Amino acid sequence: MEFLGIEIPLYSWSTVIGSAISGVFLGAIYALVALGLTLIYGVLHIINFAHGSLLMLAMYAVFFLWHLFGIDPYLAMLIVVPGGFLFGYGLQRSVIGKASHGRDEIVLLVTLGVAIVIENAALFLFTANERSVQVPYDLDGIDLGVTFVVWPEIAALAGSLLITLALWSFMTRTDTGKAIRAVAKERQGARLVGINVEHIFAVSFGIGTACVAAAASLLAPTYAVNPQFGYLFVLIAFTIVVLGGMGSFVGALVGGFIIGITEQLGRLFLGESLGLITISVIFILILLFRPTGLFGQKV
Amino acid sequence: MLEVHSLSKTFGGLKAVEDVDLRVGEGEIVSLIGPNGAGKTTLFAMISGFLGPDRGSVLYLGRELAGQRPHQICQWGVVRTFQVVQPFANLSVRENIAVGAHTRIRARSEAMERAGVIARQLGMGAMLDQPAGALTVAGRKRLELARALATEPRLLLLDEVMAGLTPTEVAEVVELVRDIRASGITIFLIEHVMQAVMSLSDRTYVLNQGRLIAEGTPAEIAVTPEVIEAYLGHGAAARFAVQRGGHA
Amino acid sequence: MSDRARVIGWAILATLLLALPLYVTSGRWIDFIELTLFVAVMGQGWNILGGYGGQYSFGHALFFGTAAYLQALLQFRYGLSPWIAMWFALAGSILVASFVGYLSFRYGLRGSYFALITLAFAEAFHVLARSFISITEGGRGVQLALNQDPERAVATFQFNFADDFLKAYGFYYTMVAIMALAYAATWWMERSRFGAQLVAVRENEDAAQALGIDAFRVKMGAICLSAAIMALAGIYYVQKFLFIDPGIAYGPSKSVEALFAPIIGGLGTVLGPLVGALFIQGVGEIAKEFIGMFWQDRPGVDLILFGIVLVLVLGFLPRGLVGLIEDAWRRLVPRAGGDA
Repeated sequence: MEFLGIEIPLYSWSTVIGSAISGVFLGAIYALVALGLTLIYGVLHIINFAHGSLLMLAMYAVFFLWHLFGIDPYLAMLIVVPGGFLFGYGLQRSVIGKASHGRDEIVLLVTLGVAIVIENAALFLFTANERSVQVPYDLDGIDLGVTFVVWPEIAALAGSLLITLALWSFMTRTDTGKAIRAVAKERQGARLVGINVEHIFAVSFGIGTACVAAAASLLAPTYAVNPQFGYLFVLIAFTIVVLGGMGSFVGALVGGFIIGITEQLGRLFLGESLGLITISVIFILILLFRPTGLFGQKV
Repeated sequence: MLEVHSLSKTFGGLKAVEDVDLRVGEGEIVSLIGPNGAGKTTLFAMISGFLGPDRGSVLYLGRELAGQRPHQICQWGVVRTFQVVQPFANLSVRENIAVGAHTRIRARSEAMERAGVIARQLGMGAMLDQPAGALTVAGRKRLELARALATEPRLLLLDEVMAGLTPTEVAEVVELVRDIRASGITIFLIEHVMQAVMSLSDRTYVLNQGRLIAEGTPAEIAVTPEVIEAYLGHGAAARFAVQRGGHA
Repeated sequence: MSDRARVIGWAILATLLLALPLYVTSGRWIDFIELTLFVAVMGQGWNILGGYGGQYSFGHALFFGTAAYLQALLQFRYGLSPWIAMWFALAGSILVASFVGYLSFRYGLRGSYFALITLAFAEAFHVLARSFISITEGGRGVQLALNQDPERAVATFQFNFADDFLKAYGFYYTMVAIMALAYAATWWMERSRFGAQLVAVRENEDAAQALGIDAFRVKMGAICLSAAIMALAGIYYVQKFLFIDPGIAYGPSKSVEALFAPIIGGLGTVLGPLVGALFIQGVGEIAKEFIGMFWQDRPGVDLILFGIVLVLVLGFLPRGLVGLIEDAWRRLVPRAGGDA
């Protein structure tokens, strides 16, 4: 059928459901990325524009581990996640923390600057060519009738949920986790009870980056990476976090799934290129009409 | 000049302002006092357009202010200062005041001139080219006042303009306020500094937990039992009465 | 520094720019200066909203791209003269700015949220430009027909095949004219009531409102003026390069280019974007030369440097290079008597 001059195909229900299901798998990864972003926002009140480029960097790391040493991308998580944590910790401690004082727009610009440096460093070092990891099992999977899910997708969903669970336990059970939540809630108070706030900031940023690194491992078997990869992700990640509510764990998860499904359905009905506009539209609408998102706290 | 009828505002479950009636006559200095959290600033916010009331009306020279936007209310001649001073930190003192002057003056040079005149009237001539961010608390309060005056108001709403000032500084500002009234501007002020309230006000309203509990001259309300209780707790008025009786 | 000293400074600069062909013959240098002015103009556009208005936009390409597309498409599809199309391009850009401004300011979006929504709009238009192929030619882009008749050079606003002077300097002087317009507008705005009110809104919106300023109207004025200047840059781009596509029009590169110059140069000053543009173009050239010596030409080096400079300036030079120069000036030129 036609709508505003665009052909909107009428698909069968099974196609639509199949698309939605693949949206769930995609959403799981989005949720993981968003989790890192919302944690960073919740604790540091920073909207981390560099988040996408960190994802891109992690994907390159996974690629080179596979390309140079033959390490399977899922195994690479064992290297990339701690590495990501350290990188994020260092980045916050030495760059972002030092340069960010004053209004939050300034901080946003600082993270933009970092993103630009990372993206162009990647462009310079790795060139614009796409790199992709080839795994032998990326075409096998399970037949669900309405759609065929390949192992990487299943691994992505499982991995995401496991990591989210691990993060949740960390935040609620460990001392560091509690310290992080304390700082997120009441910065000055946390300082007064002796918590090293700068350290906690850096740890939180590190965890956020580690999440992204994990997501990179999960994405690698399916997606090719190029220096622009991060930029495309940034808007999606922000949309999820704003939709779910800045600083809300649950929001990031729910938001991730909603956006994942919306994107796939958007692609299905509006085509590859126009489908992406659903993200921008959702983002704009949320910012205008419900900036606190679904689960966020009203400031 | 100003008539407030049944003004009310509720936030969630909290009744910040409940059914307040008051009036400010032309040329008067009227003060609004009450313990912290009584709702005084909320009341000011509603009169100056920063908050919309849930119920009631605010009439200024016969015009309804409730629901109007702050800049419009200022254009009509009602200007407020803020409890926590809000200078334009990166602008000079002169530029700050000129912003106020621009409400009535279009040309930049004229506005800057006028800013200089007002600054000198308030004793700030020496600081004209300093950035507002560099001023002391007292300086900032005075700047806030100067800015407001530059808009040529007929009604000036002062929100705790004496807060944070030393007794000497308070005395200076009291004089200033008197001069401002003498120049024809009506003043409605929120204050905690009793020295100022007593010496300045023609009349005083007392707000407690959102409701008006007393009205009268400063001398009258100082001995009103409800007022004493609001500040000093339940039973305090009776205790004072007994004490006074004991000393008689 | 007094206003008179400033005017003299600008007059000297204007003379230098106008008389350029007299002392610069290398085409490469002309191109360099022309490109620097281009960046300086976009930077000034961003500066109006971001520097003076305090509203940081991450999607300024929106205003560039809309004007560019209108300029290109009206010529491409309807054979309109570029001199007429440009008015539509300008109007279109301002219209889009009003739309975005209305939504953002009406709903009280400030700070980071405003930055993000401008990004979202730019991306949305990016996607729309790619998708509505029947209108915009999609990813293929719009290629304008090259005019090879020297007689029609001015009429078609294309100087590549004009007579010698226009061929060498036509677009250069176009850029100078645009810059003069944009910078004069900014200079005037800075000294007007509108400018004072805009800056007040930036410093403290509530206080400004209490003093009678309609913050919404002021911000709308700022975003429209800002868009108009970006539009001029877009119109120039189309006439010079005769090509526009979704990536160039609405992609992140123009948005980022627009904000580098004023932030590095000095937000909220007339000179800032120019100094910033000079700095980044200069550093960029040096970097490319340097890299070209050791590796082959690889893209990205200049942007790495710009990103680093951006972070450094944000962290340690909040008033930008102009602030640095002003501080140095104040130390070297002590005022006699002055503001005791």
